[in-house]
Amino acid sequence: MSRDLSDQILIGSARERGVARFRRWGLVAVPLLAILFQVYVPRYYESLRYLELPLLVTVYFALMRRSPIAGIFIGAAIGLVQDSLSPQPIGVFGLDKTLVGYFAASVGMRIDVEHVLIRFVLAFGLFIFHQAFYWALAQAFLGQRLLFDLQHVAILGLLNATVGISLYHFLDKLKE
Amino acid sequence: MDLLSRYRNLTVLVLVIFAQVILLGYQVKSNQDIRLIRVWAVTAVTPIAKLIETVRSGAVDSLGKYINLHNLADENKRLEAERGRLKIENQYLRSELRSADRAVALSAFQAHSPSKTLPSRVIGMSTAASSRVVFIDRGSMAGVVRGMAAITPDGIVGKVIAAYPTASQVLLLTDPTFAAGVISQQHRVRGTLRGLGQTSKCIVDYIQNEEKVDVGEWFYTTGDDGVFPRGLPVGTVTSAQPGQQDKLVYVAPSGLQGGMEEVLVILEGVHQAIPEGQVPSSAVHLQAPPPDESPSPEPGVPALSTDADRMRQRYQRIGEAEGHTFGQGLPGSKPPDFNLDPDAAAARAKAAAAAQAQKPAAAAKPVSPGVPNP
Repeated sequence: MSRDLSDQILIGSARERGVARFRRWGLVAVPLLAILFQVYVPRYYESLRYLELPLLVTVYFALMRRSPIAGIFIGAAIGLVQDSLSPQPIGVFGLDKTLVGYFAASVGMRIDVEHVLIRFVLAFGLFIFHQAFYWALAQAFLGQRLLFDLQHVAILGLLNATVGISLYHFLDKLKE
Repeated sequence: MDLLSRYRNLTVLVLVIFAQVILLGYQVKSNQDIRLIRVWAVTAVTPIAKLIETVRSGAVDSLGKYINLHNLADENKRLEAERGRLKIENQYLRSELRSADRAVALSAFQAHSPSKTLPSRVIGMSTAASSRVVFIDRGSMAGVVRGMAAITPDGIVGKVIAAYPTASQVLLLTDPTFAAGVISQQHRVRGTLRGLGQTSKCIVDYIQNEEKVDVGEWFYTTGDDGVFPRGLPVGTVTSAQPGQQDKLVYVAPSGLQGGMEEVLVILEGVHQAIPEGQVPSSAVHLQAPPPDESPSPEPGVPALSTDADRMRQRYQRIGEAEGHTFGQGLPGSKPPDFNLDPDAAAARAKAAAAAQAQKPAAAAKPVSPGVPNP
């Protein structure tokens, strides 16, 4: 049983490492819409501030491209645009999402990222990493004393991962 | 070289991380911003946000009109639909009324405010969840520059921290990094307003435990911070407790209470006096005071007054008797005579006026104000 599951999850051969190709407009429009969502929607629904769509999009594209270098650049670009629209110095989100993109792509090379459970666990884990690393960067570089409540972050991680599953299902349709 | 190509992924990662750390370190150390990247990002994103906002308000408007004009054939369906329609219409009209009220209040405030202001609309928020920053649809092309104050008729809202060609970023007073000089209305206690990251309250720092601050008391801007003109309402005290070092004074910001769709950016601020004993926008009914059974000794002088009040009153009357306006006159000019008895001077002036009235021929001559010698 466990063998079957591991066979399903792990990529057995290079043949299975299919690199997903996306429409060019999708690669630009989806991250832009994700950032726009973060800028515009929380005005009307304050609780949606904590929905990290740019992170979920970074994870998705990095996973599906299965190239750490692509993951690094996707993460850095999304993070830097996010930084530009925040009052903090440019680079905090950039650094954070660069690492997220790299890790996601590295994992994407080894396991079957089409699996819903894998996607959920990855989105959850990378959200926790993203928040923890952001907290560390804000402390180290900006001298900000932010609160890091692991329980709160874990709940937000579950919510983000749940949204991520639906989002990834939709984004799968943009593949060529 | 082989080593680099072998560890190509890690090399690229290290290079990108290193470049961003250098960028970040440069900004933090020099306290300078990489403005070009921000201008690109803001110019790319804010017009879309503005467009979405316009479409949204237009769609809401059209939906309301559509519902109003929709004609239903079937009677039962019509009645049922009408009920729903009226419900939605009610919500729509309430929303319209609220926005109309806001617009009227904003324009009335703008017309009466001595400061030169620019109305603008809030079109988005910052991407960092930990900060309280909004985007407004006016930027440097409209004359907005960094450091300007943003207010509503109810109170201060925040300050402009970055101005881009088509939009600006406003740091709200609820952000933890926000600070402004404030003074309490009643006890004239000074402090520094700071955000807590919550919409409903801010804290006023640096108030000593010995200072007196009442719950419900208003705080106003001092004008010392170089951002907000003096005399703008900030909010009311919700709680004031002694703390370990300073008093813990929490304030509910009045500028954010009625929602924040439109704000005024102060282009040229004018300092105003802090109102005494008036509570702006107060929804509390105050009963008129009971008639005073023991009339005050002098008309116009309150029954309960301090020595300073009485002295001020006396100087005012001396000034009136001598035709002197306090605060005017060049250095070295003749000061008013403070030893003058204002009652006697008033009586003499009255008698002189009566005598002049009896002599019409004398009325043609210019008369100097009666300033008797001590």
